[in-house]
Amino acid sequence: MSDAKSYLGVPVLRPRVGFFELTSCEGCQLQLLNNEATLLDFLDLVEIVNFREGMKESGDNYRIAFVEGAVTRADEVERLREIRRNAEMVIALGSCACFGGVNQLKNRFNDPAWVKREVYGEYPIDSQAAVPLAAVIKVDLEIFGCPVKKEEVERIVTNLVLGKEVKHPKYPVCMECKAHENICLFDLGEPCLGPITRGGCDAWCPSNRLGCWGCRGPAPEANVDELRKIVARKNIPLERLLDRLECFGGFGGEADAVRKELGGLK
Amino acid sequence: MIFKVLAAGELEKFFELLVVNKLIGPVERGPAVDGRLLFDFAEVAEIAELRLDFTQTVHSAKKYLLPYLEETGVFVMEGSDWEKRVDYGAHQPLVLFGLHACDINALNKLDKVLLAEPYPNRFYGAKRAAMFIIGHSCRPTPACFCRSMGADSVRHGCDLFLTPLGDDYFVEIMSSRAFHIMESLDLREPTRRDHKRFQEQAKHRGNLLTAEVDATDLTKILDMEFDSTVWNEWGRRCLSCGTCAQVCPTCYCYGLEEVVALDLAKGAKIRQLYSCNLLDFAEVAGGYNFRPESRTRLKYRYYHKHRGFVEAFEEPLCVGCGRCGTNCLAGITVPEVIASVRRGEVENG
Repeated sequence: MSDAKSYLGVPVLRPRVGFFELTSCEGCQLQLLNNEATLLDFLDLVEIVNFREGMKESGDNYRIAFVEGAVTRADEVERLREIRRNAEMVIALGSCACFGGVNQLKNRFNDPAWVKREVYGEYPIDSQAAVPLAAVIKVDLEIFGCPVKKEEVERIVTNLVLGKEVKHPKYPVCMECKAHENICLFDLGEPCLGPITRGGCDAWCPSNRLGCWGCRGPAPEANVDELRKIVARKNIPLERLLDRLECFGGFGGEADAVRKELGGLK
Repeated sequence: MIFKVLAAGELEKFFELLVVNKLIGPVERGPAVDGRLLFDFAEVAEIAELRLDFTQTVHSAKKYLLPYLEETGVFVMEGSDWEKRVDYGAHQPLVLFGLHACDINALNKLDKVLLAEPYPNRFYGAKRAAMFIIGHSCRPTPACFCRSMGADSVRHGCDLFLTPLGDDYFVEIMSSRAFHIMESLDLREPTRRDHKRFQEQAKHRGNLLTAEVDATDLTKILDMEFDSTVWNEWGRRCLSCGTCAQVCPTCYCYGLEEVVALDLAKGAKIRQLYSCNLLDFAEVAGGYNFRPESRTRLKYRYYHKHRGFVEAFEEPLCVGCGRCGTNCLAGITVPEVIASVRRGEVENG
């Protein structure tokens, strides 16, 4: 691996980056290691000083911190604040870091003590409500997805290295789903959050015949009211929509409203 | 125009002559939950896969000319220098077998915009020139309003057009290429009875066209009703998802993005088919957005198709295929939107 990179003859600085995980499955980081075809190019573009899944060494001298996972413990709060002090730029990597992810499902129960007892029994453990990184520190950039899409992370990192603007699509998943010429899952009788969820995933799930669960959170203009009417017209129970709205935390507010109507928890 | 009659049994021979090329035709994609049988265009190798009895495909055939994503240029960097490579994407002739009148007329409309000097779209033009198109008479659905858009009949834009007449096909030969290919087939001259059967078929199709758009004075009415409150209701329903434009055979608007490969040694300019209903379609530098509300975006889609295009080309940028309405989850259909503008209110609003 060369230290000197250049783009059109202009020297490009390889930024020192660190990868960190809070409460998560570390699957987003695994995505980055998963594609051997581009892994060497990725490693050539940045200088990784911290990546538990990929290397033994660790250091605190990084400019960009990729943080995966939700914050669920007091020590994670401290660790995250330290990362923020060290890094010029903190990137929330994946839905747990952006919205609390699957972890925030536990917040949906009325009695957190009951949840803790059911999961951990009498084992003493610090486990608080799961919150996204932005509830604790300032986050500079969010990369959505459960897991993140490797190609998207690579494009974002390339743009960061070149000093180009990082832009997320503002259209919902339907746009890319139609570009794959999939049959709409509503036509096949399945619910799908594609019409309200931020695109950019290349319609990963619908292209594999799984309706969208909204892991990337709401598109900037998400017409949830209309989707509710559509789901009702298609005779899909509102509970099935609620399952999806509350799964990853991106639709927290909308899920709360639906749950209240159904007379459910909290 | 040259009219001939082809025995139905000869169709396979015709297919075999063409299938040495890449051949695209309608195929079945299974049933929807409401019982509708779904079709789409796909590559076909055997005549048995070809479903010429299809109603309407979910997606149009436009991707064979306007891919959803297309590299308009690849830049190979070497040191401080770079080289641009352009590939129009017309690597081989393409046979489109079984396009309905609406979809052929859609290509004719695209031609007017995309092949016009002084800035023709070479990517579209190269693919269009390398295309052999066989039209086929249709089975209208309740969503079809092609007749209202003047797109229910084909006058040009394909190489030949087939209309089944029981055991025979009525063949309209519309290009010299088609004439030469047909020479090796057993064709006969049509009789008066064939002409009659052809007209009966047309009448039968016409009777199935139940959806309608009253296009009388439509450009003027759209001008008058620019501030109509019906747009608020349609905007409230619109998901701003872009599905209507993606399935539309005539929507050609696009976005361009420059991307650099991970190794910094290559770049590309990528064209992505876009939709005026998407939130950032009219967003400009500085983050300003000319159409931040879904009601104005939806309105402009209608104004482009049924007003602006008509003023420029004397015809709407719509062939009445009904795909946008059929695939809109919110149930926004052209006949209902136009009727509501005329009425001044949305029914069941």
